[in-house]
Amino acid sequence: MRLDLLPPGRAAYIDRIEWDSLSLGEAQRLREFGIDEGSTIETLHRGGLLGRGALACQVGRMTIAMRREHALAIHVRTGPDTPPQPAPGAPAA
Amino acid sequence: MTANPLVALIGNPNAGKSALFNALTGARQKLGNYPGVTVERKSGRAALADGRPIELVDLPGTYSLTPTSPDEQVTRDVVLGKQAGERLPDALIIVADASNLENHLRFALEVLDLGLPTIIALNMVDLAARDGLELSPDALSAALGVPVVSTVAVRKRGLEHLLGALTLLVGEGAVALRPKPAPMSFTERRDWARKLARATIVSETPSRRLTHAVDKVALHPVIGPILLFALLFVMFQAVFSWSAAPTELIEGWFSTLSDIATGNTQPGYLRSFLVDGVINGVGSVVVLLPQILILFFFILMLEATGYMTRAAFIMDGLMARVGLSGRAFIPLLSSFACAVPGIMATRSISDPKDRLTTILIAPMMTCSARLPVYAVIIGAFIPARTVAGGIGLQGLVLFCLYVGGIVGAMLAALVLRRTVAKGKSSGFLMEMPKYQWPSVTDILLGLWQRAVIFLKRAGTIIFTSTIILWTLLSFPKPPEGSTESPVSYSAAGRIASGLNVIMAPVGFNRDISLALIPAMAAREVAVSALATTYSIDAGDDEGRVEQSLGERLKGNWSLPTALAFLAWFVFAPQCISTIAVTRRETNGWKWPGFMVGYLFALAYIAAGVTYWTAVAAGL
Repeated sequence: MRLDLLPPGRAAYIDRIEWDSLSLGEAQRLREFGIDEGSTIETLHRGGLLGRGALACQVGRMTIAMRREHALAIHVRTGPDTPPQPAPGAPAA
Repeated sequence: MTANPLVALIGNPNAGKSALFNALTGARQKLGNYPGVTVERKSGRAALADGRPIELVDLPGTYSLTPTSPDEQVTRDVVLGKQAGERLPDALIIVADASNLENHLRFALEVLDLGLPTIIALNMVDLAARDGLELSPDALSAALGVPVVSTVAVRKRGLEHLLGALTLLVGEGAVALRPKPAPMSFTERRDWARKLARATIVSETPSRRLTHAVDKVALHPVIGPILLFALLFVMFQAVFSWSAAPTELIEGWFSTLSDIATGNTQPGYLRSFLVDGVINGVGSVVVLLPQILILFFFILMLEATGYMTRAAFIMDGLMARVGLSGRAFIPLLSSFACAVPGIMATRSISDPKDRLTTILIAPMMTCSARLPVYAVIIGAFIPARTVAGGIGLQGLVLFCLYVGGIVGAMLAALVLRRTVAKGKSSGFLMEMPKYQWPSVTDILLGLWQRAVIFLKRAGTIIFTSTIILWTLLSFPKPPEGSTESPVSYSAAGRIASGLNVIMAPVGFNRDISLALIPAMAAREVAVSALATTYSIDAGDDEGRVEQSLGERLKGNWSLPTALAFLAWFVFAPQCISTIAVTRRETNGWKWPGFMVGYLFALAYIAAGVTYWTAVAAGL
């Protein structure tokens, strides 16, 4: 499923990122934030009142704000092997 | 003379670099610019443990040495020794957030690959402890082969250890390079950083997640925006209500000064020059210092606590509608204090069209230089009473002026993004730092720097324009027995009468046209110009000399004129510094020329609409 569909408060593994749909700068920034295949990500908040809002996610120990376009490029997987509260910095799946 | 060793602070944004810089240098700071670019260079002096002085430079925060914006470019060029006007640093202090080790260590590894003498400051260990992390700096030091020191910059903890380790590292001038490790790929570094972080963390208990709890409210889709607007509303109310007592105090000083000058001079040119020109002109601007500092206090607090990026998050949806991103909200909010640092802060926006649009609309954010103008007019024409719910009417009008600027800016962005700055809508991708209680010293230091800048302006630009204006207003003198006012007869009065042909249709009188000319230098000059004009106009008439500027305005202006004057200043680009910084940022006169043109057109229209609406409403 794509990241924008992930219900808030639920952690998931990043399976695949459509790097081609992002600009070079955005792709680099996502990687620098630790958003990469194999990382754990959790959606926290969605902005909403004033137009279609941004998305706040937890990656490692960072909170990252991104737009829906970015979230659409990130494919995530939740499953029985996903620990309910993965420790920050948990090894890649 | 050999220069002091140069030590650079480098690290991710939000690692607490600036707090560490403030803690190490105190008030011995110098703000400047790197040649050729508008990236701010912040340097200061510090002393090593053995007393040797060093020059410390605070590099812009970045996530890697592959730059995506002009300020990140400077950081990379400095540590590679390629930055014009900067030496290769003798040593580096990598500032890493102890509670976000995994991410910050990856960048630290990249910097360590450079082979420069380096220390790692494991900063904010107190917040890491709050999050339930216990760290071992020794384990990290052993793994990396460089000194690692725990610090809490905002509480000035760990500084002695840091300076002690630095003393051993900074040799007698020469840069001692460490053996360069084999270069690693991004992924290798990331994986190693993860391993290192895990080895450094001694114990980890479930964190209290204070930041998450606050964010549940601050980023709530409904409560979040309400909270943001409530905060901004309180900010603008405070500008008026908190400043009353200190403003009165400063007014008292200038009135005493005026009495002393009057008592020690004969009536004539010298007295008029001192009292009408210097003391009244400069004094009318200096009394607004408390209000400006209150405004800056709020902006500094919003930045230091980490709330500013939440505001950007909340605003992103709205900003997206006009073709900007939430990131543009930060320079725009800074522009409420002053458009110059606001425009300079746009360099963190990587999309060029996005950045240009932000620069062009930044002058519409109500900067602190407008406050003197607004404060005087509101004080004179808007009654100081409360309306429904105990809200001050004066503060409410001020709030409306701010909103007017914001709405104007958003509409302008909408048009600009579809015309001159057309392009693909840019993204919004940013880190939101942990909430943090700011250090009192950092806030005071920021306020001090702003106060100095403001008073310097009062002492130079405002002082000079006041003197020139006084001269033009005082000569030539009307002939003996003339019934004409001295101002009408003067050179300045005649120039203004000419300009007033254009300005009269929007309700402006000759005195306003007169004030607008020197106010091209800076908006607040309009206030000192009006003070000087009415002061000279009053001549030696005892009753009128005693009047305050507000009382004089009330006697000379109608309410629609006053409102039109306020509306004019919401848009008018009357600030030399803003025009100059726009020229520098956009590399030419094209865009500042465009900006001045469209903003004057808007100002004229806004003043006209306000005036005629007010007249029609019978005000």
